[in-house]
Amino acid sequence: MSHGRIARLLAQAHTVAPLKPWPRYEVGHVAFDEIGHALGEGERELFGLWAEPGRVHMALRAIGEAPSVVSTVVIDGGFPSIGRWHAPAIRLERTINDLYGYRPVGAADKRPWLDHGAWEIENPLGTRAACALRDPADYAFLPVHGEGLHQIPVGPVHAGIIEPAHFRFTANGEIVARLEERLGYVHKGIDALTTGAPLDRAARIVARVSGDSTVAASFAFARAVEAALGFEAPPRAAVVRGVMAELERLANHFGDIGAICNDAAFALIHAHCGMLRERVLAACDAVFAHRLMMDVIVPGGVAANITHDGARLIISALDEIAPAFADIVRCYEDTPSLQDRTCNTGYLAPDLAKRFAPGGHVGRASARDFDARRDFAYPPYAGLAFDVPLFTAGDVDARVRVRIGEVWASMKLVRDFLAALPEGPVLTPIPDANAPGEGIAITEAFRGDLLVWLRVTPDGRIARCHVRDASWLQWPLLEAVIENNIVADFPLCNKSFNCSYSGHDL
Amino acid sequence: MRTLLLRSLFASPATIDGPAPADAALDEVGRVLEGRVRRLYGRSLAIREVDAGSCNGCELEIHALNNPVYDAERFGLRFVASPRHADVLLVTGPVTRNMSVALARTYAATPDPKWVVAVGDCACGCGVFEGSYAVVGAVDKVVPVDLSIRGCPPRPIDLLKGLVALLEKATQAPARKA
Repeated sequence: MSHGRIARLLAQAHTVAPLKPWPRYEVGHVAFDEIGHALGEGERELFGLWAEPGRVHMALRAIGEAPSVVSTVVIDGGFPSIGRWHAPAIRLERTINDLYGYRPVGAADKRPWLDHGAWEIENPLGTRAACALRDPADYAFLPVHGEGLHQIPVGPVHAGIIEPAHFRFTANGEIVARLEERLGYVHKGIDALTTGAPLDRAARIVARVSGDSTVAASFAFARAVEAALGFEAPPRAAVVRGVMAELERLANHFGDIGAICNDAAFALIHAHCGMLRERVLAACDAVFAHRLMMDVIVPGGVAANITHDGARLIISALDEIAPAFADIVRCYEDTPSLQDRTCNTGYLAPDLAKRFAPGGHVGRASARDFDARRDFAYPPYAGLAFDVPLFTAGDVDARVRVRIGEVWASMKLVRDFLAALPEGPVLTPIPDANAPGEGIAITEAFRGDLLVWLRVTPDGRIARCHVRDASWLQWPLLEAVIENNIVADFPLCNKSFNCSYSGHDL
Repeated sequence: MRTLLLRSLFASPATIDGPAPADAALDEVGRVLEGRVRRLYGRSLAIREVDAGSCNGCELEIHALNNPVYDAERFGLRFVASPRHADVLLVTGPVTRNMSVALARTYAATPDPKWVVAVGDCACGCGVFEGSYAVVGAVDKVVPVDLSIRGCPPRPIDLLKGLVALLEKATQAPARKA
């Protein structure tokens, strides 16, 4: 058990039994505030901050220890701001204020975040009071002063085939002095849609939080439901889920490695990676009847099995991909003009990565040695040894190299899983919930850890479900890494992160 | 790099054969284009993609149209960076309230004649996001839609079939009236 202020405060706190499998502590406002202060001093990592009617929760983890959730009751419509001490919490708090109307007391940034004034109601998960439309352009971007500065407003509709957001660049000549992001354009009200939904409908909605991470989100949702209701998916289902999660990682990494090189005007690797991605998706389609494997993972197991032929098909795809990918990696390494663009570009300092605890390649390229598969060892990863590449350079090149390392590791994992696929059923029926349950789960999506917390009602519906994509903790860092880079390198930096807009906007 | 290039010289093409236009899509766009001002495009359409609220699943499959396997450019289908250069808006997602102004403005910025293709179950009918306070609805609630390509997300081959059908109809030489 770690020492320090938070450990002392939690030792005195009341533990709430229903959350599984992590402990959840109820604390008063004074202790909540003190924990926020200690978070800001680096005592823990923040994994999430969200609300439900009457309560605010945050998920914390001390490195090397099991995570926990700390909750506080909302009093007079407010809760102590965590963002005033710990910057990663700021946007999460602004979201709680938008959706519930719970004020983070003491927060400096009082601007709305997801609410652009177009919903016709305020606090959709709170009072739902009717309100007048606001001008969407009426948003106070941070002021920038200085000689020779100019602003470049970009979006929400961008030049490429990408999701919408507004980026406000302030540049001095070609050098970016500040980037300020404005997100929320694809907010679809997912938290409200899942509230009161039966489990199967909620599962279909969560599968569409971010299409590129549909497997990882369904995986986390299923595990959270299973934790809440106290049952497990069969062993074969766990391994099938693992195969799917690694195939999703492979498809995304191929797509992104290619796209990063394309943003550095190197189309050759893009074309070859596009074919590898297509090869993976075609195998997924043949085995799971869906290219992105949507809705295959369900609470209790999986809705599709891997047949003997299916396994052979996946292996033969990997056999084709491996030598082709080795050629691509060699090409990346042998092309100095490409590395001239990726090396030293978009530098994320390790201390900033430590503070924000960004998951995935963003953290692992800047010395943050965390992978939910290894560190939380959920099935089917428990007891497996696999490579978690770690770099310290923190630039676009390091993020590419993390992904390259993960491609090799994922291919080996898929082979290992398929070689030892347990026999047996792939679906356990969902037991009747006769008491309210509360579950939490984290899975490692291709872009980082994805957290799902939910509460199930006694009649088997979702009382409240919160999905926190890795993007929440990565987007703010993109603002930091583009500073002092040239405007033209923004696509390169953005793609090397590849944060989800939809996964963030919810 | 030389090895990669050299090997490509002797490999068979990765690109699959082009699909015939989807019959249903042909009917749908055929009806829409009937009686409209037609222009000879020389068999090419410039496409501007607009994500109006998608989960990004549709974007992944639209991206795939540009990979060597589907290679949409061989049909004259080219993605452009600005609505001002576009003939076709390819719109995904249930239109969120936060994106509806941007979508309407993008449509206004696209020169006539123009076509709107709604891509995916959300764009065609709101999908799982139906009934949300944050969503306006299907794309046709905000801009007129000429062709719907369903699927969650539609496979690239289905996107290609729909777009090839649009191309067939949109680029027919205008029938001159005496």
